[in-house]
Amino acid sequence: MQTVKMVVTGPFSAGKTQFIQSVSEIDVVSTERKISSEEERSVKSSTTVAMDFGRITVDEDLVLYLFGTPGQKRFDFMWEILSEGMLGFIVMVDSTRPETFREARSILETFRAYAPTPFVVAANKQDAEDAWELEDVRHALRLDSNTKLLPCVAIDRNTVKTVLLELLYSILKEMDSGK
Amino acid sequence: MALRGNLRDITMTQLLNLVHLASKTGTLVVDGVSEQAYISFRDGKLAYARVGKDDGSLASVLHKANKISANQYRAIVDRAGQMTDKELGLILINAGYVSQEDILLNLQGYFTDVVRRLFSWVEGIFRFESEMLPPEGRINVRLDLENIIMEGSRQLREFEQLQDEIPSLDMALVFTNRPRTNVNLSVEEWKVVKFVDPKNTMRQIASANKLNDLEIRRIVYGLLQAGLVEMARPAGSIVQPNPKQFPTKNKDEQKSLINKLIGRIRSM
Repeated sequence: MQTVKMVVTGPFSAGKTQFIQSVSEIDVVSTERKISSEEERSVKSSTTVAMDFGRITVDEDLVLYLFGTPGQKRFDFMWEILSEGMLGFIVMVDSTRPETFREARSILETFRAYAPTPFVVAANKQDAEDAWELEDVRHALRLDSNTKLLPCVAIDRNTVKTVLLELLYSILKEMDSGK
Repeated sequence: MALRGNLRDITMTQLLNLVHLASKTGTLVVDGVSEQAYISFRDGKLAYARVGKDDGSLASVLHKANKISANQYRAIVDRAGQMTDKELGLILINAGYVSQEDILLNLQGYFTDVVRRLFSWVEGIFRFESEMLPPEGRINVRLDLENIIMEGSRQLREFEQLQDEIPSLDMALVFTNRPRTNVNLSVEEWKVVKFVDPKNTMRQIASANKLNDLEIRRIVYGLLQAGLVEMARPAGSIVQPNPKQFPTKNKDEQKSLINKLIGRIRSM
């Protein structure tokens, strides 16, 4: 049995767990805990403290694992461990919470420094009324025009599939370019 | 138990707070990456400080503050080598070159600047020598530490924020393809811009310019905000794919594996 993995990262409450849940064939193995901070509790009631774990079986010989990182910075020691051996990574950002953009940028740079693997950025909650336009998110995250910034709704399986496919296309392109 | 450790674990602000609260007397010796610093305290108040090759003498401090000219400084060093700073201070006051207030204010400013520099040291072995007092003949001051601690805390917050923006100094800088023509750069910024090249990591640029972690991050942050540069993986350091990344080393099999994943996800 061959296994490969992708990592889904991003700030607290960006929608990482939901993203994995939308495509995983197993119930996501989530290590969620009730939130103690009042400020964070106003956003959601529980959060991932170690990792989320989802699975997509390709055939008898190949399985793709999806790992979601904890979003809170105090658990960032987990990031490097989770990033080891990944095919690529997805940075999730909540398009309705510009206050998290700076952190998303920081997480993106941290992961880029860990491993020279392809990545895409998924702008989640694009269906929300107060979601930032993609181009505005691109500027706020200081993404160059070559970086794929994709609209996403983590509860919508089709948009999640598109994000995963775009990452796989990037991986394929990088392999073709011989990098 | 001797007070010793690494600045990675205990920050300068925490150390100063400890000296202040315990009203300590003695000298904090810090071995930084490229320099050594001596900060002396009396009863929890800053008394004296010097860093690196700078001897922290009165003549040197007054010369840096433009209170005495280069010629006067050379003459003092040549002719008054054995004189204590107190004796020199009296001569300068009596000759009307400086006032007593000038001397005290400049020494206070200099010692505070030395401590400020240490706030940006994130690495360094420190030890507190309670028996070690400032060198004989140097003028001591009595500066409360509260304001210095407050300033240090502000710098620490700034450092943490800059670290969020620029988490790794092992990335390189490249010019963006939308350069702004109306950006005015300071001398320090030019020094960094001169080295912007995909081959140079920020750490290497800092080292070439003798900048510490805080200083290089502060300058790069400004350049990023101005849209002049962006961070990139250093050229020539393309890391070989992690052997664990693919279950096979064969390139064709790796491609086939990715294509299988694409097919599977499309069919979901």
